Amino acid sequence: MSTDIPYTNTKEAVIAIKNLYKSFDENKVLNGIDLELHKGENVVVLGRSGSGKSVLIKIIAGLLKPDKGIVSVFQEQIDLLNFKELQKLRLRMGFSFQSGALYDGMNVRENLEFPLVRNQRKLGRKQVNDAVEQVLHDVGLLQTINQLPSELSGGQKKRIGIARTLILKPEIMFYDEPTGGIDPITCVEINNLINKVQQQYNTSSIIITHDLTCAKTTVDRIAILSEGKITKNGSFDEVFESEDPNAKAFYNYNFIAKK
Amino acid sequence: MENTNDIIHGEEINKPITKSILLFFSHLNEIQKFIFRFFREAFTPPYELKEIIRQCYTMGYLSLGIITLTGFITGIVFTKQSRQPPADFGATSWLPSLVSLALIRALAPLITALIAAGKIGSNIGAELGSMNVTEQIEAMEVSGTNPFNFLVVSRVLAITCTMPILMTYACFVGLMGSYLNINHNEQTSFTTFIHDAFGKITFLDIFASLFKSLLYGFTIGIAGSYLGYNAKQGTVGVGKAANTAVVVSMFLIFIEEILIVQVVNSMR
Repeated sequence: MSTDIPYTNTKEAVIAIKNLYKSFDENKVLNGIDLELHKGENVVVLGRSGSGKSVLIKIIAGLLKPDKGIVSVFQEQIDLLNFKELQKLRLRMGFSFQSGALYDGMNVRENLEFPLVRNQRKLGRKQVNDAVEQVLHDVGLLQTINQLPSELSGGQKKRIGIARTLILKPEIMFYDEPTGGIDPITCVEINNLINKVQQQYNTSSIIITHDLTCAKTTVDRIAILSEGKITKNGSFDEVFESEDPNAKAFYNYNFIAKK
Repeated sequence: MENTNDIIHGEEINKPITKSILLFFSHLNEIQKFIFRFFREAFTPPYELKEIIRQCYTMGYLSLGIITLTGFITGIVFTKQSRQPPADFGATSWLPSLVSLALIRALAPLITALIAAGKIGSNIGAELGSMNVTEQIEAMEVSGTNPFNFLVVSRVLAITCTMPILMTYACFVGLMGSYLNINHNEQTSFTTFIHDAFGKITFLDIFASLFKSLLYGFTIGIAGSYLGYNAKQGTVGVGKAANTAVVVSMFLIFIEEILIVQVVNSMR
């Protein structure tokens, strides 16, 4: 297994992870992760199922506690923050869940209003409506505004999930398997949406995936996660032209990206 | 050789028992933390008034049908089954006070609580459990919202406030059922029935019943919320949370009933 390749970027690091460890009982999931995300950058974390990709972003978002190591977001160490400080910091992050995680009992409008009215209580009805319609327009799903999550397709749920995070205008986006379980055409739409979000909202993003097409379309930099470590870190070409066995395995088995 | 086997056998038996005991106390500790968190967050703004009112409607108003049915039938059946002993002494005029005492002191709070445990407790467990396993609770958390305040505090407050109202209503329909039966058999007027029914009721009876209802509501809310909020193992976990919420709530309600009856009786 190759060792970490130091990656240098002159831009400000919005996320810095040093020597991160996480286990669940006997199962060591993260085994000394070092990673940085710089301002305006899209980093794809590529790894097999169960390699700890989702655990990594859940630790960054403060949903899980690390066993050891330092995770800093905007120069604030996540595990040292109290609940209120963490909630305040979370407003600067957006988290798009694998399933969309839309609230079943609420329609699309209420789903999008939910974080907005709770975090900006002084907003008037018209401002809330305008904000909801704006983000729905940005993800191209304005027509679904009164539909329930159960009436939406998998791809639509993911896009509404992204819209719900965009309504708070985050500076960092986490995408957990954005193209998992959806058809190739919708995958392309989601990949384009991720790029659009980066440009329009000026976000820095960590994209968790095992889909090379998604990685190739959205990436500024790739980090390969295997056996709890980042085994390769660099641009798409650097990573896939290297001799790293994990990168080679991904490339060889992904027919579409190879083509 | 026999001794060695016994020791090995003994260890095999003891290990799971020790694990279960440790798990039990660990759960107790978690529940205690959960309850403390409830009280801390219930008195900390922002208050989710709109959600509390919505939950009161769902838990209270939408339970009126089943409370009416069971309360009314309980009133009729209890009166009918209790008639024979006083009738043997020609004392059927005692029936209204007998029924009202039984309803207000024990039957109405218990029946309402058991129905609520089945209907509302399982609903809270299943709803929060499915929200947990589908990452909806985490989604709330990362969007800067406090999911505990929105989901748990609102539900526990709603059911705690709704239960005394449901219990009072169950008492009312139970007495109406009883009146129907007594009027049919003894031709007692409504005024006489009400006069006799409330003749023996004291302030302590009413206060104890209202207090019991509040406590039962709180118990159902906390049990359902705790189990749902901490549900694991996907859809299996959701079913388990809903089922356990009902079983634990009912068990605790009976324990509380026994304790409260002892305390109230000592105060009479």
